Formats: sequence, structure tokens, C-alpha cells
Amino acid sequence: MQTKMQAESRLLNWGSAAALLLLFAVSLSVGVADFSWRNLFAMPDEWQLLLTSRLPRTFAIVLTGASMAVAGMILQILMKNRFIEPSMVGATQSASLGLLLMALLFPAATLMVKMSVAAAAALAGMLVFMLLIRRLPPTAQLMVPLVGIIFGSIIESAAVFVAYETETLQLLSVWHLGDFSGVLLGRYELLWLAGLLALAAYLIADRLTILGLGETVSINLGLNRQTILWAGLVIVALITSLVVVTVGSIPFIGLVVPNIVSRLVGDKLRQSLPAVALLGAVLVLSCDIIGRLIRYPFEIPVATVFGVLGTVLFLALLMKRSGHAV
Amino acid sequence: MIHIENVSHHIGKQTILNNIRLEIPAGGITALIGPNGAGKSTLLSLMARLQPLTHGSIRYNGRDLAATPTAEMARKLAILTQEGSVQSRISVRDLLMFGRFPYHQGRPQALDREIVAAALHEFGLEPLAERYLTELSGGQRQRAMIAMVFCQQTDYVLLDEPLNNLDMYYAKSLMQLLQRLTHEHKRTTVVVLHDINQAAAYADHIIAMQHGQVAFAGTPDEVFTEANIKTLFNMDAAVIDYAGKKLVVHHV
Amino acid sequence: MPSEKRNLLLAALLLAAASALFMTLNARGMWDFVLPLRAAKLLAILLVAYAIGVSTLLFQTLTHNPILTPSLLGFDTLYVFLQTLLVLVLGGIGYVQLNPAWKFSGEMLVMLGGSMLLFQVLLRQGGRDLARMILIGVIFGIFFRSITGLLQRLMDPEAFAVAQAFSYASFNSFNRQLLWPALLVVLASMPLLWRERHRLDVHLLGRDQAVNLGIAYQRHTLWLLAWVAVLVATATALVGPFGYPVSFFGLLVCALANHFAGTLRHNVRLPMVFLVAALLLVGGQTLFEHVLGMQAVLSVVVEFAGGLVFLYLILRKKQT
Repeated sequence: MQTKMQAESRLLNWGSAAALLLLFAVSLSVGVADFSWRNLFAMPDEWQLLLTSRLPRTFAIVLTGASMAVAGMILQILMKNRFIEPSMVGATQSASLGLLLMALLFPAATLMVKMSVAAAAALAGMLVFMLLIRRLPPTAQLMVPLVGIIFGSIIESAAVFVAYETETLQLLSVWHLGDFSGVLLGRYELLWLAGLLALAAYLIADRLTILGLGETVSINLGLNRQTILWAGLVIVALITSLVVVTVGSIPFIGLVVPNIVSRLVGDKLRQSLPAVALLGAVLVLSCDIIGRLIRYPFEIPVATVFGVLGTVLFLALLMKRSGHAV
Repeated sequence: MIHIENVSHHIGKQTILNNIRLEIPAGGITALIGPNGAGKSTLLSLMARLQPLTHGSIRYNGRDLAATPTAEMARKLAILTQEGSVQSRISVRDLLMFGRFPYHQGRPQALDREIVAAALHEFGLEPLAERYLTELSGGQRQRAMIAMVFCQQTDYVLLDEPLNNLDMYYAKSLMQLLQRLTHEHKRTTVVVLHDINQAAAYADHIIAMQHGQVAFAGTPDEVFTEANIKTLFNMDAAVIDYAGKKLVVHHV
Repeated sequence: MPSEKRNLLLAALLLAAASALFMTLNARGMWDFVLPLRAAKLLAILLVAYAIGVSTLLFQTLTHNPILTPSLLGFDTLYVFLQTLLVLVLGGIGYVQLNPAWKFSGEMLVMLGGSMLLFQVLLRQGGRDLARMILIGVIFGIFFRSITGLLQRLMDPEAFAVAQAFSYASFNSFNRQLLWPALLVVLASMPLLWRERHRLDVHLLGRDQAVNLGIAYQRHTLWLLAWVAVLVATATALVGPFGYPVSFFGLLVCALANHFAGTLRHNVRLPMVFLVAALLLVGGQTLFEHVLGMQAVLSVVVEFAGGLVFLYLILRKKQT
């Protein structure tokens, strides 16, 4: 017995999956180097290109889009606010700052160590943010993203200050502007971890939904709120730092994708999470392809393209609500 | 005299005022009464050019409101709305001095200072003269705002529910003050009042509105009858005489 | 009254001292070379200080709000976007080679139209909800920045990531060609805005009372908003957009100026906001460049401080 919601949800899932497959194929075909599907079986070089560059890049994009979208969704549930995502709670900026400090103070540390520090920094940033917004009344929904953006920009100023003084601005800008053009086999594998974490979110999806229903309901249904809260935050921090360290920051994915999916099929996480992941992947992949094609053979970073798309969608979401009480 | 002819006002599809035709007599207090949503505040704001007039005309002593420059109108008519003062780190004295702005345009003269001093005295605000508006109670702030309007020294004074926030003592003393000042300086005061007994006691002329139209107009004796009260407010209320004025017993 | 005049005098003296230091510190005797260079830079700083300080103060008076600033609502990035759009529309090379003064005037005109439109949209969308209006403004600001970045890359794909990623205003590399047009704009604005000082005070009483006291409210507001747009454009054209994603410099100097002015009157606050902004920039630049030996980092520090002030103002308000 399928309800209308479930049917729509299924449609969205399959639709997104189909779009994703299509875009996947397109992504493999697009690029500066000469590549043609026909030659794939004739010339070994084509396989090389596919395996070392095109395939890793496409996987990286899909994983990034999916996990960032899921991270945004988790945050929105945890903080009970529709208009936030990792770059709007200080997580992304704290991770960059953490990476910068590690690069300056312990340049010899392994990637895993640096990444863990970044994740810890992201977590710390989010905790400070949550302390800050405790001062806001619960009805001030739109204050939270505002405070978040400002909070993020303050942390970023601190990072830029350090970068200016230590002449590492170039390094910082790599983490700041998300870009897939440098993705090669052997340089993106961490993103699979991000994908796994998004999957982990799927496993605790029901508990996250209950958490989002409020304190009373959670306690009533026997949920260990603190554990789930921490689990969610840690997942978000890890995903954020994994993405930042590998490809850089791509703001607004985590914001707009969950909101679009929510408009279409509602808030039941277990149902909508696959759609969120799929749609996130589809959108980021589209933007990256556009970035590769629009000024061929030059590449425009995905963060630049998505910056435009993301803000337009965000504005549409904000302005459409003029009829509702916030 | 204020001539209001064929004034209508719409917000979207809603009609707020429907073809109002009124003559408000010069001199004395005219009270605007009526149930919520009757359009009283809207009419007042149109009369004070706070909102642009889209249908009809309003004339003060023959002068068309729409055709008179706003700076000139500021010396002929003054209004106090229910919108609270925004930036309140202003002292009471400074606030009253703002009431003289249409005349001094930023450079107060001796005459302006005299008028402000007189107003402070008249409204019992002397002990509060140097205090900031934020430090005052709602009632004190209201008195200060009214004193400011008084400083503007205009022939026509429009007040939108000036007795809100005032306790009984100050409400009564304000109405008495208004009455005295209106008659002493031969002004025309139009007040929107919620309390119809205040209207009955102090107004020379009553205009009762309902559903965006004028329901009744006349002296308090003419307007305040049990039948009219029933029509206006859908209530059975006794109307008795007390101390030479009508008294509407509406609360029991 | 005397204490307010005293504060102004003090600020002016401090500024004179800071300017002297700015011009002379660390010159190592190479006066012929250093003085004209620094004089130009000092002029640019003073012009920007005036433009941003005054435009923010005017904006706050018009909107009756000490938290709003033109930068917060995306006006400065709007200008950069319009600049880039003009280049795109009027065709790259030809337009770029036009006389900078003509270019400036053209951009100014477009900015006037564009900013009025933005303001209308924000008012309509924001309505009574301040947080909503600010948030929409901030996102518009980010949108303008993003699409400018995209357009720039379309025009010149080899533009470096660093320049795009953090375009903090730089006083070291300001647009010299616009120094005289900017000066003209600022000088023209002075008598016109000074004349408004009493009418600006009346705005403090709110819309209804401003109309009551004879201010032609709609017209007056538009006139002042036009100046806000022109001044924002001037500052942005001269040194580029401050801060990322929004600039808090205007907010910071207005908050400080309000504190030190001790009154809400504009005949004190207008000069004070200029003096505070100029002092912050000149003094700060002298400190960082000549004393501490740090690079072009002043704007970063200013944005950091301003952001903190902004957070303090919003979070404090909500408690009460």
C-alpha cells in the first residue's frame, strides 16, 4: 500500500538516479584531453585517461555532492533550522583554519593527522556557534543563518590574516575555492570515506528524524539524545573536513539540496536521504560539467558556478516564503 | 473647517473607506468613534497626508491638501499617530523642540525656546525635561509626544487614540487640557477615541464610523442614543445623563 | 554642547597627527619619492573613509536601524557586478579603453538605477522582519560576488584563483585614475549633505512624525539614498569591495562614531563618522605598515573587528 508521498519519493529517487547515470557518462566524456568512446577498446591510452583522470574526477564529484548534501541535511535536523549548512555554522572555515595551522606548525604530519585536526577544528567551530545561537529566541529562524554567515566570515578573516603574514594565501585559497580540476587517481580516495559517512547517516536516519521532532518526543521514545547529537555533529565535521582537504569548499550544496527535496517529498529522513544524496550529486556534477564546457578548453571551478546557482536557489527559497510566518 | 469629499481608500481588493463626505466644523473638539476596522485611523492618516489620497479631496479652509506643499501644511496641521517614536535617545526638551521644526528648520530662536518652556510647564513635564525618552514610562512618553504636537502650534490638531497608555488620571487631565487649549487658542482638534464616554464628555462634535462609512454625525446629545449604540457596536447599552453630559453604560 | 565639540576637535587633532606620521615615518630621507606617493595614498584613504562612513550613517538614519549598512545589503558587490556587466555588454576592449572619468560616470548612473531596484526588492521582501531583510541582502551580496567571479572568468579564463577568492580592499593598489573624479564627487557631496543635517535629525522621529513636521519624506529619502549609492560606488571603484562576504567597516565606524559623538544630532555625527573612519584607516595603516611591518592586512583586521561588533549588536539586542 503505497501512499502518495512514498510514490513521489520513489519517483524522485529513480529520476535522480537516472539523471546521475546520464551525467556520469557525460562527465567521463568531457575534458581537455582527447578522448573518444570508440577508441576506448582500440587504444590503451584511452583507458589510462579514463582510469587516472576522468573516472576519479567523476567519482569525486558524486561523492562530494552526495555527502555535502547529506551533511547539510543532518545539520538542519540537529539545529531545527532549514537555512543552514556546514559553511554557515563555521565548520568549513574552522576546518580551513585548522588545516592552515597544521601546514604552518606541523608540515611533516601525515594527511590523516592533518585531516583529523581539521575535523576537530570544524567540530570546535560548530560548538562555539551553537553556544552563540543559544542567545537567540527560538522564533528567530532567520537570525541563525545570518549569525552563521558572519561567524564564518570572522573565522575566515582570522585565517586570511595568518595567511597574509606567513605568505600562504595561495594555499588557503585552494581550500577556499572548491575545484575538481586537480583530482587524479591517488589524490581523492578520502572522499570515499565521506561517502561512507553519508551512508552511516542513513543508518541512524530514523533516530535523527525523531531528534528533529523535539526534546519531549525524543525522550518519550527513549532516544539517547546526546549520543545522536554528537554522532551527527561528528559526521558533519568529518565530511566537511574531508571535502575541504581534498577539493576545497563548495558552499550552499548542503543548504539548497535538502530544502528542494523537502519541498518535494517532505522530511522523513529515511525516505528522503537517498534523494538528497542523489540530487546533491546531480547538481554538483551538472555544475562541474558546465564549468568544463562553458569556456572550453578552460575550466571554471565548480565553486564559482555553484556559487551562482546556489545563491539563486537560496534567494528563491527565501523569497518564496514571504507569505508564510517564519 | 475641513471639507472631506468623496474620499475612498482601498488596499488590494478591500475597501477601507467608502465615499466619505464630511464637514468638520472649525474650532472645538471633534471625536471620531466607531468599532475596530471602521477606518478611523485610515481617515486620519489621509487627512494628515501621511498616505496619499487616491480618490476624492480634502480641503482645509478651502485649501486643497494635495495641492499644498508639505512644509507649509506642517504649519497648519499636526498629527500624532500610534507609531511609537523610533530613536529614543532624545531628551524631552529636544523632542518638544522638534515640534518647532516647521518654523525654525533646525535653528531654534528665542521664541521657539519660550514655546517649548511653556509646553513643558503646561503638560507637567518640567521634572522630566532633560531625561531621555527611553527612560520614561509609556504614559510619560505619550504626554511628551502630545506636548510636542502642541508646540507645533497649528490650527488643526489630529490625534489618533492619544489616551492609549494613559492611566485614568492622566487621561482625564489630558482631555481637560485639550479642551482648554482648543478653546483658548481657537483650534480645531480631531481625536480618534476608543472610550466613547470621553468623547461624550469633552467633544463638541461626534463622527461615528462603521465599515468605512460615516454612520452618524452630530452633537453628543444627538449621536449618543441607545438605538445608535446598538447599530454601531451591536450592544444593548443604557445611555444616561450625568453632570450635563451623556454617559454610556456599556460595561455591565 | 561643548563636550561634543571637544570630542570632534580631539578626533581631528588625532587624525592630523596620524596623517603626519603616515606621511613621514620610515621615509629614510627619500622625500622626493615618498611624499607624492604617500600623499596620493592618504587622499585615497580619506576619500574612502568619508564615502563609507557617511553613506553608512545616512543609511542607518534612513532605515532607523543601527545594524543595517549598505554593504550588508549587497550594495558594494552590486556595483562591482554592474561594472563587470557593463564591460561585458559594451564590449571588452573598447569600453575598457574609455576615459576613466567617463567610465566612472556611466557606472555611477547604472549604480543609481540598480541600487534603487535592490532597495525596493529588499524592502518588499523584508518588510517588518529585519533578520529576513539582512539575510536576503547578504545572500544578494554573495550572489553578486559569485556572478561577477563567473563573468570575469568568462572574459578572462586565466584570472588567478587568489584574486577571485579573497578580494579584500587594498589601499596599496588603489585605482589611481579615479582619484580626482572621486575627490570631485566627495567635494560635491559635502555642502549638499551638510545642508541636510537638520532634516536628518527629524528622520530620527520615525516616518509619521517626519511627514508631520513637513519633510517631503518619499522625495527626501530617495535623494539621500541616491547619495548613499554614489558614495558606495565611489569607495568601491577606488579600492575595491571591502570584506568577505560582507564588509563590516561601515558598521564598525558608525558604532564607534555614535559612541564618541555623545548625541544623535547629525551636525556632530556626520563629521565624527568621517574622523573616526579616517583615523581608523590612517592610524591603522601607519601602525601595520610602518610600525609593525605587516603587509596589506589592515582591511582584514578591520573586518574581523567589525564582524565581532556586528555579532555583539545582534546577539545583545535579542537578550532584551
